[in-house]
Amino acid sequence: MTTFFAILFYLAFAILVVGLAYKIYDFARTPAPLSIPTTPAPTTTAGVAFRLAREVVLFESLFKGNLWIWLFGWMFHMGLFLVLIRHLRYFISDVPAWLVFIQPFGKYAAFMMVAGLAGLWARRFLVERIRYITTPSDHLWLVVLIGIGITGAGMTFVSHVDVVAVKAFFLGLMRFDIQPLPDHPALYIHLILVALLMILFPFSKLLHAPGVFFSPTRNQADTPREKRHLAPWAAQIEKS
Amino acid sequence: MADLEFQIPKYREYPEVPVLQPGAMAHSHPHVASEKIQEAIGFQGKLDDDWQITHDKAIAKFGELLGKYRSLKVFMDACVHCGSCTDKCHYFIGTSDPKNMPVARQELMRSVYRRYFTFAGKLFPGLVGAKDLTRELLDEWYSYFWQCSECRRCSVFCPYGIDTAEVTMAARHILDTVGYGQKYSNEIIGKVYKIGNNLGLPGPALEDTLQGLEEDVKEDTGVDVKYPLDVQGAEVLLVTPSADFFAEPHIESLIGYGKVFHAAGISWTLSSHASEAGNFGLFNGSYETMRKVAMRIREAALELGVKRIVVGECGHAWRVAYAFWNTLNGVGAGGNDPFSIELQKQLDPRYPQPSHICEFTWDLIQQGRLKFDKEANDHRVITFHDSCNVARASRMGGYPGGQFEIPRNIIKAVANKFVDMAPETIREVTYCCGGGGGILTDELIEARIKGAFPRMEALQQVVERHGVNFMATICAICKAQFTKVLPYYGFNMRLVGGVHQLVSTAIRLGNEH
Ligand code: SF4
Ligand code: SF4
Repeated sequence: MTTFFAILFYLAFAILVVGLAYKIYDFARTPAPLSIPTTPAPTTTAGVAFRLAREVVLFESLFKGNLWIWLFGWMFHMGLFLVLIRHLRYFISDVPAWLVFIQPFGKYAAFMMVAGLAGLWARRFLVERIRYITTPSDHLWLVVLIGIGITGAGMTFVSHVDVVAVKAFFLGLMRFDIQPLPDHPALYIHLILVALLMILFPFSKLLHAPGVFFSPTRNQADTPREKRHLAPWAAQIEKS
Repeated sequence: MADLEFQIPKYREYPEVPVLQPGAMAHSHPHVASEKIQEAIGFQGKLDDDWQITHDKAIAKFGELLGKYRSLKVFMDACVHCGSCTDKCHYFIGTSDPKNMPVARQELMRSVYRRYFTFAGKLFPGLVGAKDLTRELLDEWYSYFWQCSECRRCSVFCPYGIDTAEVTMAARHILDTVGYGQKYSNEIIGKVYKIGNNLGLPGPALEDTLQGLEEDVKEDTGVDVKYPLDVQGAEVLLVTPSADFFAEPHIESLIGYGKVFHAAGISWTLSSHASEAGNFGLFNGSYETMRKVAMRIREAALELGVKRIVVGECGHAWRVAYAFWNTLNGVGAGGNDPFSIELQKQLDPRYPQPSHICEFTWDLIQQGRLKFDKEANDHRVITFHDSCNVARASRMGGYPGGQFEIPRNIIKAVANKFVDMAPETIREVTYCCGGGGGILTDELIEARIKGAFPRMEALQQVVERHGVNFMATICAICKAQFTKVLPYYGFNMRLVGGVHQLVSTAIRLGNEH
């Protein structure tokens, strides 16, 4: 089992990094030939950074759009964020004080994450128009994420796993010195789902994470009268 | 209105989301452009007889656009089907057709994108909702991408700023490429190419019209206000929608612009070569078309040697002018290539180039160069309809949101009675008139009437509560759409008019000329 998971995680990590890097490169190299920020838009780069920060941290536009989606979506993402930070301890040999400090928050954030996901999932069944736009893969992602949350929280609160051994396994992976993974069904499911998420990330709607930074309606400053905005392919037309 | 085959939506007590009626608007589509119209503007004349050829051409164009437009590429990948945009489109609210939910409209294209351009869609089409491009699906594109006014309201509420207008433009561009163009827009683009304006009004007819105007204004006010055409060396070139030359109430605003120039003593001119501000290239989604239409303004400005370029009351024209002209035709600042330097050297850098007529007038008001008899507008209780392209895609003045403040400031400077409609229906979340984006054609009247519904509800409220009897707007399409649609909702079509119509009523001309 240990070998299986070691290979799985090397593979998943490689696909995640290469896939995501390629996607980001692909977004970045595609020109934005026209200035199209959704107004009222900031007129400075600092203003744009602030706008994007509000989108990423507070989900500002979603807040304006629908309070329920915002509430559940925000709970899920913030929960996930805390949980992820908490998991850093499995990858750092000397856990710093601040990371120790947030452990309890990270632990309970799992509940917030799962509750948020449950709310989002409920909407997919209960609200007619959300049901209409839902594809099977939307359900699948919710299942995967809820599965990760429940198995993770289960290991923290119900049936403990030998976290020291888990940590040794991941530190070992990073040093190419494979250590045995404890034998625990919840851990296996947890890790398989996480690996699945990592592998599918660059090929799925999870691309909204890098996408938000590349969205021209949000990342452009509103300065078309002050700056010419010529894409390379458009400049070609000028020459002909 | 007994001749309508459909129901006009009923005002709602609370703005609840409509119950879905799948397929409710599947029958609605515009007339297809003839071969002649298509070819005149450089597109394929008609669909190929062999579907496979059409299919391949469409997919090839799709791929090309994905490589040229970051917006399209990111928007195809980033949607999570969260649903925040689902109830934001006036066409969905008015028609209940779920395919008029912005995300579902995009999905008509995204399903094809997944199938042909992603691993997931190639391997597991059913799982991710990927679809082959079939003739039926292309017809659906033709129906539903012509039920989007490219108003961008949905984009305001999307956590990733996904802008259905960009998706719509790409879809229409593909449709044009395979010979499935829309008659109304493409015919108009053809007229602009040939004659210089959307109406096909030739130079002499324009001159006649302007002369007639001068006489009317003289009779009305006793003052010789000029409406000049093709004047070399004028300070300002005014470019305005051609509807301003003859349609009611549009012409009232044109009269107003002339009075403002007169009262401020600034020389100006219209151009017969570039008499039109409208740019339907925005509606067919083709950069090349948009550029070609915009180039006439550059040519006219260079030829006439003007120092400033001012754009009249037209929503999408202002978007193209404000946001795209600098890129397309070099009207603006900051360019350091020979193409843009040539024009930017000539234009006066002390003014924003181009300026909106409202910026122009507001600037003069602030300088104290215009005087008004506000009481002249006392018979009017005025509200303001923010036009989508001005509100969500452009700006006025030097600060974000100037496009909301400046027109309102002008109204308050020239009239005593002003009230705003409900806040969730104005400014950046304003509701479209229902006729923008190339929808303003008779055969789409059902979509137009139903799409106007949210705006009509908001208007009804202020009419009831405050006795509003004038809805000012700064868009030719809004004006044309409302004059047509208002009666269906029990209003007088004269309820709509321009901001410069109000200016025109109140401005003091003095006796000097
Ligand atoms: S009409 Fe406006 S709100 Fe509706 S889909 Fe198009 S851009 Fe979005
Ligand atoms: S709001 Fe944006 S992400 Fe959400 S469904 Fe609409 S387009 Fe997709």
